[in-house]
Amino acid sequence: MGELRIVENATCTFCGCVCDDMILRVEDNRIVEAKNACVLGKAWFLNHHIEDRPVALVNGKPASLEEAVQRAAQILVEARYPVVYGLSDTTCEAQRVAVAIADRVGACVDTTTSVCHGPSGMAFQGVGEVTCSLGEVKNRADLVIFWGSNPAESHPRHMTRYSTMPKGLFVPRGRKDRTVVLVDVRRTKSAPAADIFLQIKPRKDFEALWALRALVKGVSLDDGVEAETGIPLAQLQDLAQRMKTCKFGVLFFGMGLSMTRGKHLNVEAALALARDLNEYTKFYIKPMRGHGNVTGADNVVSWQTGYPFGVSLSRGYPRFNPGEFTTADTLARGEADAALIVASDPMANFSQPAREHLARIPYLVLDPKETPTVRHAAVAFTTATYGINTGGTVYRMDDVPLPLRPAFPSPYPSDEEVLKRIERTIRDMQEN
Amino acid sequence: MLEPFILIPGRTSRQGTTLNEGKLKQDYLRETSTVLANPDDCRRLGLNAGQRVRLKSAHGEAEAVVEPAKPGELPPGVLFMAYGDTSSRLMGADTHGTGMPDSKGIDVTLEILRPMLQ
Repeated sequence: MGELRIVENATCTFCGCVCDDMILRVEDNRIVEAKNACVLGKAWFLNHHIEDRPVALVNGKPASLEEAVQRAAQILVEARYPVVYGLSDTTCEAQRVAVAIADRVGACVDTTTSVCHGPSGMAFQGVGEVTCSLGEVKNRADLVIFWGSNPAESHPRHMTRYSTMPKGLFVPRGRKDRTVVLVDVRRTKSAPAADIFLQIKPRKDFEALWALRALVKGVSLDDGVEAETGIPLAQLQDLAQRMKTCKFGVLFFGMGLSMTRGKHLNVEAALALARDLNEYTKFYIKPMRGHGNVTGADNVVSWQTGYPFGVSLSRGYPRFNPGEFTTADTLARGEADAALIVASDPMANFSQPAREHLARIPYLVLDPKETPTVRHAAVAFTTATYGINTGGTVYRMDDVPLPLRPAFPSPYPSDEEVLKRIERTIRDMQEN
Repeated sequence: MLEPFILIPGRTSRQGTTLNEGKLKQDYLRETSTVLANPDDCRRLGLNAGQRVRLKSAHGEAEAVVEPAKPGELPPGVLFMAYGDTSSRLMGADTHGTGMPDSKGIDVTLEILRPMLQ
């Protein structure tokens, strides 16, 4: 048996909950037990061991790190309209360097936020976000609503660690002091954890949210609202009353709002409802963020450019325009001529026209695992896994920054290290 | 015969766990190419577990394997599938000025590819 180590208070970076109470048992540079982890966290920790892959591939052939960095820098320097994309599964420190590269080569910088809660980002700018931390939810919330989100499968510890189960300062009996509501098209695995389940018709979220806004303001509605939304008027009236009379309410919304037709308008309706409710009580709203550091990506890109995603630096100053500078669009329209992709897999997640264009242009990718995007890359770097092999900073879904405690070292460089080398090489090329 | 449905791609526990094992591994590929249908719709169309179907949207098509959903999980006329390569093939490229293609609530038709052996 090899060396046994215990890493306490490690941080799981699989989902936006970023639970930082992991106890990892490490044997021979492999995590063999992840205490406190949920089913997703266990799969994350137990499957990220050191794989026998080349540190880099150039045109599919093994290459040294130096050769790959040179080729990567050359691709980006020679491009006329490059994109920098991904970034939600790496550290804030690596994200900063990626933005610096985008600035150097005049790229569009965009993160996976744009195909996740990007529309929510637009809605925040339009309406504003009545926000709070998950700590406040834990200690105060007596009404918790999940809308278009299935935390039992996507964020398994959200309910137990932050939102519905824990005992808090003003909810001393935990779950017994809370009412939990789920609104979704499907009766998901989260439904048994809710007191009230409202099954909404597909693509009718905006209508139901707008009806709730009307009811909260005392406007009378007729039974036609059920035919429109699938939810009986009496149930909507009951929910509106609960929202107005709770002491501390919170609405967590998922991609059921941001990915469905209407997108930012669906989210604007939810944000406006939460804002309206503050005329009567304390009411908050938060998006359920998916990737481990997608919230960090929003923060870092905002610090550095003033905008959270979909930013063009091609004119030497930042311009924000979702639909124009977002990667799903620049690829699908055939505009981008090179790409730097960090820790994401657009070859599996983007529309067919976007994938086909990505396959036609030279791009580089950094990823600890082999993916469809890695397979088609002009330059692919195998990197260490953040949070397991490297330290750094990540942001929880409520914008709280947390440090990482790596479990064991990797023979592969971190994303930050590779990006810094590419950035230095680009600088040298541009200056000479 | 082509049956109209609304497809809702989303996360599942199994998609999340198999994702960590590897996106090119069989378990992940199987999870992300399985489509859940309302049991009444399955009976009406003669769909059995494991049957191959072709889903077509205005933007693309993909093959998948049908599994009946648990009673009450899905309303009639709605399909569910774990996010992945298969569901992405059915998305359009137009983001309507948001950066986000319509990724949930996609209008599709379902075609049974071959009958099951009895």
